[in-house]
Amino acid sequence: MTWVGDNLDLIWSQLREHVFLAIVPVLLGLLIALPLGYVATRYGWLANPLTALGGVLYSLPSIALFILLPAILGTQVLSPVNIIVALTVYTVSLLIRNVIDGLRSVAPEVRQSAVAVGYGTLRRVMTVDLPIAVPVIFAGLRVVTVANISIVSVGAIIGIGGLGELFTEGFQKDFLTPVVVGIVLSVALALVADLIIVTIQWLLTPWARVSYAVKAA
Amino acid sequence: MFQGMLDFLTDPANWSGAEGIGNRILQHLWYTALALGIATAIALPVGLLIGHTRRGAFLAINVGNAARALPTLGLLMLIVLLMGRIGFLPVLIALVVLGIPPILTSTYAGISGVDPSTVDAARGMGMTEGEVLRKVEIPIALPLIISGVRTATLYIVSTATIAAYVALGGLGRYVVDGLALRDFPQMLTGAMLVALLVIVLDLFFALLARLTVSDGLTGRVRTGRRTTTGRTTETTTPVEAGI
Amino acid sequence: MIEFEDVTKRYPDGTVAVDNLSLRIPSNEITVLVGPSGCGKTTSLRMINRMIERTAGRIAIDGKDINDSNVVELRRGIGYVIQHGGLFPHRTVLDNIATVPKLLGWDKAKVRARAQELLERVGLDAKLGKRYPVQLSGGQQQRVGVARALAADPDIMLMDEPFSAVDPIVRNQLQEELLRLQREIGKTIVFVTHDIDEAIKLGDNVAVLRVGGKLAQFAPPSELLADPADEFVESFIGRDRGYRALTFVQADAIELLPLPETLALGEDGRPLGWHNGAASNGKSEELLPVGAVFHKHDSLRAALDAVLTSPVGQGVCVDDNGRAVGVVDHGLLAAVVHT
Repeated sequence: MTWVGDNLDLIWSQLREHVFLAIVPVLLGLLIALPLGYVATRYGWLANPLTALGGVLYSLPSIALFILLPAILGTQVLSPVNIIVALTVYTVSLLIRNVIDGLRSVAPEVRQSAVAVGYGTLRRVMTVDLPIAVPVIFAGLRVVTVANISIVSVGAIIGIGGLGELFTEGFQKDFLTPVVVGIVLSVALALVADLIIVTIQWLLTPWARVSYAVKAA
Repeated sequence: MFQGMLDFLTDPANWSGAEGIGNRILQHLWYTALALGIATAIALPVGLLIGHTRRGAFLAINVGNAARALPTLGLLMLIVLLMGRIGFLPVLIALVVLGIPPILTSTYAGISGVDPSTVDAARGMGMTEGEVLRKVEIPIALPLIISGVRTATLYIVSTATIAAYVALGGLGRYVVDGLALRDFPQMLTGAMLVALLVIVLDLFFALLARLTVSDGLTGRVRTGRRTTTGRTTETTTPVEAGI
Repeated sequence: MIEFEDVTKRYPDGTVAVDNLSLRIPSNEITVLVGPSGCGKTTSLRMINRMIERTAGRIAIDGKDINDSNVVELRRGIGYVIQHGGLFPHRTVLDNIATVPKLLGWDKAKVRARAQELLERVGLDAKLGKRYPVQLSGGQQQRVGVARALAADPDIMLMDEPFSAVDPIVRNQLQEELLRLQREIGKTIVFVTHDIDEAIKLGDNVAVLRVGGKLAQFAPPSELLADPADEFVESFIGRDRGYRALTFVQADAIELLPLPETLALGEDGRPLGWHNGAASNGKSEELLPVGAVFHKHDSLRAALDAVLTSPVGQGVCVDDNGRAVGVVDHGLLAAVVHT
């Protein structure tokens, strides 16, 4: 336990690095997956190939991706950019399916009403389709965020791994404490992130809240 | 970079002996098969039981969610350190532990997702509980069960790669050794081979599903009009969390 | 014969689904259990094949208490048809039908022949046999469900709202098919429905149950219509009791009046229309429409309908070729009804 007190700086810096490496790809991935998913619903024939490609990419082991991507893109293996790019690829691969399913879950009558009212396409997508698709998209967001938080530590093998470096440190020194601390923090981080996403979802979908109140009355 | 990898691959020295490429691939497959076999032997019956009786559903659902939050590298280190770093057993335990949740969750989801009226009809016709499970629930749940085993396989292959860090053999060795020697072509070879292995295994499972899942389920037959019976299920669902 | 003796089903939370039900379901007839939601009709049905176990009382089939038999064997000897069919989506239609014979260990060739025979018996095209349920329409699936229940030739068939999930036209066809089938094979059928009209149409005997699982009346449908036991039964049967009771009398009870001159006939004897007596100057006369026609083997209700839809108050009776054979009017009809 004294180890924790002595190494608070290390723990804190690794935690910050971990959060950075896990969350940035989620945001970037979302930013890419949303328009991509929209295009896939617009040109229906794209949906299946894109989802299939996503499936293949997502099944590749992260360590393989961490090494293959620099070879293909010319980035450095040993740089945070590598991790972020790899995890963004993962995020997009998983989210694309959720975005497509979410947008498709908008009932055609709703979409037609929006068009009939006179919404332009962009406005309709932003204010009608996306909000309704939120539950499905956020379900994917939760999975991918927790997964990313778990995967970041793998990067410790090639030298950049946030809390993962606590694992390698503990292993090299044959010392259990850093490993346990790392695991506990990683899991805690995952739980907090999940909670934050659920809260955001709750805030974004007031209509889901209201119906419960009416039913109770 | 890729030229270096090709040189590495075509160098005959790299194909011979215990450190050879062929050998490493076989090692990797062996670790995977063993861990998968044990994980399936544990998780499948439990999943079938919970799904059929609907008791203990809480366990089946939440073990999957909880497992996703665990950092695999950390888990690996933990078990290895706890057991003393001798040999294959600690790694095997870690691999099995990682393989259980997807199989358990998917099997449960598959079995419990069978249309209750289909199960009711089966019982009402005079099938024993065992017959209901074997002849009705399992065949209908098969797509999801296979999907769970496929996901578990991917987790295990991935983790076995990382386990080279704790002195395991297999394809991960190229990554770890290559890293130590700053030999990027070697690392790249390892990464490439693992990626290819994963794709091949994925295709294997897709083929398995094609061969074993009834056509009446996949909807690959021409559907007549919309019906109330006959669920169409997907043969593969997206892998839940990469490692 | 299926006998319910003071059968009660009480759930752990206190709800009583079936309350001291005593009933004698005769063999080789269709008995319908009907009533509003919560009256225990489905529960009662499912107690016969022990899908639900009774809490008190006794249920016997041909004198033997069903709890004395092995439950799996009991069920294999009873046909079970549910709403939506409950077909196995992973098996072909023929394999579905063959389920119970296979469970009983019949010889393979015999199984295959039987399945094929039943497929056609329920009115389905033989080539549907290799298809999967997902490729069939709702009505077709229900027929397969019935075929499946008949496969092992059980004495008893339990049918739980089997026709509720299809559209009215298909439902009518299926009801007619069931009646035709029953004329051919004469099983003991226990049929559950919430639709009183279906009960009246199909049932040789109808048991009306009220909410809480109590028996309100058990009688043939004509008696139910003529003499409802209490207010509940009367209101459940609904309006137009008298009108609906007409379905139970055949039109051949009527002695038809001869064809009047005002009825215009075609060369083949078919009715074309009614002369309206006012010949317009120079133009050819327009005939008034005939209205509905009826056959001798139709019910009195059809005859009344013919009279009501006729612009001159006379309903035309035709034979099976469509040729007019006689007419009936209000007076004659009233005389027949009130004899």
